[in-house]
Parts: sequence; C-alpha cells; structure tokens
Amino acid sequence: MSRQLGFIVRRLLLTIPMLFVMSIVVFLIIRLVPGDPVRTMLGFRATDANVAELRHRLGLDQSLLDQYLSWAGALLRGDLGKDIVSHASLAQLLAQRLPVTFELTGLSMLLAVLVGVPLGVRAATGGRWIRRLTEGFVVIGISVPDFWLGIVLVLIFAGTLMILPPSGYVPFATDPVGNLRYMVLPVLTLATGEAAYILRTTRGALGSVMSRPFITFLRAKGISPRRIVFGHALRNAGPSIVTVIGIQVGVLLGGAIIIETMFALPGVGRLVVTGINQRNYPTVQVGILAIATIFIVVSLITDLIVAWLDPRVADGAGT
Amino acid sequence: MTETASTPIAGGKIESHRHSPKRLMLVGGGILVLLALIAIAAPLIAPHDPEAVEVHRVLGAPSLQHPFGSDVLGRDVLSRVIYALRASLMVSVSAVLASLILAVPLGLAAGYFGRWVDSTISRTLDLILVFPAMLLAVTFIAILGPGSVIAAIAIAVIYLPILARVMRTSTLIVSRNDYIAGSRARGASHLRVLATHVAPNAFGPVIVQASVLSAFALQLEAGLSFLGLGTQPPTPSLGGMLADGREVLIQAPWVEIFPGLAIVVAVLGFTFLGEGLRRAFDPRGVAE
Repeated sequence: MSRQLGFIVRRLLLTIPMLFVMSIVVFLIIRLVPGDPVRTMLGFRATDANVAELRHRLGLDQSLLDQYLSWAGALLRGDLGKDIVSHASLAQLLAQRLPVTFELTGLSMLLAVLVGVPLGVRAATGGRWIRRLTEGFVVIGISVPDFWLGIVLVLIFAGTLMILPPSGYVPFATDPVGNLRYMVLPVLTLATGEAAYILRTTRGALGSVMSRPFITFLRAKGISPRRIVFGHALRNAGPSIVTVIGIQVGVLLGGAIIIETMFALPGVGRLVVTGINQRNYPTVQVGILAIATIFIVVSLITDLIVAWLDPRVADGAGT
Repeated sequence: MTETASTPIAGGKIESHRHSPKRLMLVGGGILVLLALIAIAAPLIAPHDPEAVEVHRVLGAPSLQHPFGSDVLGRDVLSRVIYALRASLMVSVSAVLASLILAVPLGLAAGYFGRWVDSTISRTLDLILVFPAMLLAVTFIAILGPGSVIAAIAIAVIYLPILARVMRTSTLIVSRNDYIAGSRARGASHLRVLATHVAPNAFGPVIVQASVLSAFALQLEAGLSFLGLGTQPPTPSLGGMLADGREVLIQAPWVEIFPGLAIVVAVLGFTFLGEGLRRAFDPRGVAE
C-alpha cells in the first residue's frame, strides 16, 4: 500500500513540470510570432500610440522573465486577461465555452466506450461472423475522416429525415431537450471513430489475455466461459484498455476543434480557431492552455486508475 | 490519432487474412498512383477552370457538363476536386517525406549507438508526443500563421517522434545480429556499418509506418484546411472545399460529397498500401 501511495505522490509531482513546460510553450506563442505580434494583431491601420498601448497592456515591453512571472502569476490568481477583439474577460469567456467542449467530448467518449468495449469483448471471444462484422466496423471507423462522417450524418438526419437540426447550440440549462438534440450529430460524428479504436484495443488486449495459460487452466477447472471473460480476462486486459481510453481523450479534444467548427458549437476549440484567424493571441493562448490542461489532468487520472487496476504498475514492473 | 496503436498488441492490427498482402498493396498502390496521376495531370484533365466563377451556375446540380455540379460561386466541382487533390496530396506526402528524412538518421543513431545518444534523442522527441496531434498542429499554426507550407511543417514535426521511434526499434533489432559485430570486428567504421548493413535491413518498418501515417496526414491536412488554417483560398483544397460547402450542405450536397469522397478514397489508398506493406516488410510488427 505504501508503494501505491508512493506512486500516487510521484505521479502527482510529475504533473507539475508537465504543466510548467506547457505553460512556457503557451506563453511563448505570442512571443514567437514572426515580426511584431502587436502590429499583426491590430492590423496595418493601427497608430504607433495604439501599438504602444496594447504592447504595454500585454506586458510585451518588459523582459521575458518578468513577462512570464507576471503572466503565470495572474493565471494562478484566475486572471486570464482580456479578449482583444471583444474586450470580454477571458475567464468569463472560458467559463461559457468549457461546458460545451466538456459535454461534446464527454458524451462522445461515453458512447464510444459503451459501444467499443462490449463489441471488442464479443470480437475477441465470439464466432467468425461477429469478428468479420466488427472488423468491418473498425476499418470503416478508422479510415473515414470524422468531418466526412459528419457531412453524411447531417445529410441523412437533418437533410432527408429532418428529425435533427443540422447545426447550432442551446445551453443545457435553457432547454435540456433542445441541447441534446443539437448534440446528437456532433457526438455521433466524434464517437464513431473512437468506438472503432476502443473496439480494436479491447479485442487486441483481451485476445492476448485469452491465449495465456491461466485461461486454459480456468477452462480445465470447468469455470463458465462467461465468468472467465468477465471475471478474469477482462480484469487483466483492463489496464491496456483504460490507458488507450485516456490517450484517446486527447484525440477527441483535437477532433472537437474540427467538430465544433463544423456544427457551430461555441466550445473552446472554436474559440481557438476564430482566435487564430483574427490574430487574437491572448484568446488563442487561453484556449490552448485550457485544452492542454484538461489533457494533462486526464492523463494523470488515467495513470492513477491503471495503477489501481494493476498494482504492479506502482511497483514499477508494469504489464 | 496514431497513438493508440502504440499498445504492443498482436491483435491490434487490422486482421483479415482473406486478403493477401500483395492484393492489398496492389489495390492501395493502384488507388494512389491513379490519384497522383490525376493530380499531376490536373490542367489536362480538368474539364473547366477551377476558379472560373459563373453566376448563372451557382449551386447547379450535377449534369453532363458538370458531373459533380457547381459550388456557391458557380465553380465546377469536378475541376476543383481534381486541382484540390494536388494541394492535399502535396502537403501530406511532402510532410511525411520531410519527417522521414529527419527521422531515419535520428532513429538509426539512437538505436545503433544507444546510451546517451539514445536517451538524448528519445527524451527530446518524447516531449512532442505528450500532446495530441491536432492541438500541436493548431498551436504551431497559431504561432506561424495559417498556410499550406506551415501546415506541412506542423504535420512533419508531429510525426517525427513516431517515425524516429519505429526506426530506432528496428535498428536495435538489426544491430543485435552477429553480422554487425562481425563487420565491426573486421574493422569497418560505424558509418560504413550503418550505411551498408544496418540501414538497408532496418528500413522496412519505417516505410510501413510512413505509409500508415500518410493516411493520417491527409486527414490532418484536410482538417486544418477545413478550419481555414491549412491551404488558403483561392487554391482549392479538399478540406477548404468542405468548409465552403458547409452552409449549403442540405440544398446542394454535391458541393460536400465529392471532395469528401476524394479524401476517403485517398485515405483508404494509403491504409491499404500500409497494411499490405506491413504484412510483407514488417513481420515482427515493429511499426505501430
């Protein structure tokens, strides 16, 4: 148990340098822009006074170290700065945008796990036809780009059947049913490829466990195939499946950038894309910072779950 | 997108034994050669000027004269798809090639010399792998600004650690062979051993990986152009066409369907080629 605790502490401590390095990268975004970032932001018609004013407001006239310290210090106090186009507080903007991205990626991952894991189990233990069917799903799910799938889904459900809206958003608090109706197509689009990955991983992990000698032994003891799969094999395949799910959250967050733009969902991804096109660097920084932080936290949680499922990980032996 | 594949699981790869590696390679390679020829010969085969705006043909349905219909500005969709293949293939293939050119020597050095050379190269490249590909690409473009060259560089950087890692692993396996020690014992220099014995034998898996990654690069490029961060208008790109047609998707689906299909076909081409190559040249399953 003390080893477990040691692992948890070490893993938590590892998160600090990761967040630190990430914050430096995000901090540097605006400083690495070729030429004068302030002039790029304001456009050619900006006066020298305007440029000097914004440069001062962003702290770009100080030394790099001072800039980082005051920027990071403000972040830790929850002061994310202001959007330079709308002058809105970025903390407020983020508070509006984050729930959308959380809902989209959370529901997509939930659906992908609910579809992928059971199908993966069936694919690893079932007969030939189920293996062929699932293989077909894997090939299609992985090769079809998600935005193309989105187009097809919109054409079917919004264009032909007219049972779902093609794009748009209402907050869950205002209209829960309407919110879910808007979410169906984006979630299906994002979840399909994900489900294929999770299916493939589950099938692979379970398949390799099923060929281990202890499974043969359990069979010889006369234990029912159901109990072997769910009581023993899945328990052993669990850590690999959870690891992949954790990594795939990152892929979903990346995919959400495209899907949010495609379905006009006001999430963090769309905020970043609009920010880049408007040269609105402070907003881009905050958006990327938010997505990267979510990803770092999810990796942390994933590693802790894996260590809990498989105590050997904490011993440093791993699976 | 490819990170999942890093779990070293035998059943993790596409497993349909009914198709021989040769047939997969032929189908994949055939699709790609055809698409490449279409892209190269675009000016000769495109029936119309891809940028010619015809007001009276705005959102025209597919017809004999315009088999794929016409878009919001009345431009011929077929001609635009043909030209867009150029940009999309060019960006994704050159990105993967650039990545390959950097990754091969790095992976060779890391796998062959080991110790501090290995840990320096591997740890540095691992930093890139920490973050999801799409987020990295967007961050990169946030700094350098949108454009097809920047998109290609971003894609190349993202795939560098994956390709280098595959090259490192296969170099490690090859370097353990007795003929490498023998060659060294006969007095061959490290460079000579690497060039004549290690590299040629360690090359298979990294080629397989490059082919698989090209499929992802194509999707990434299309995604970036869709967001307006990759290839810029007026140059037609498959992702950019999908963005143009998004607003009129339900009235004029052909504006979206055909560029989308072109992406799907090209992605399948790379995937089939990669799977075929994998079975032929990567029996140990080094590529991810």
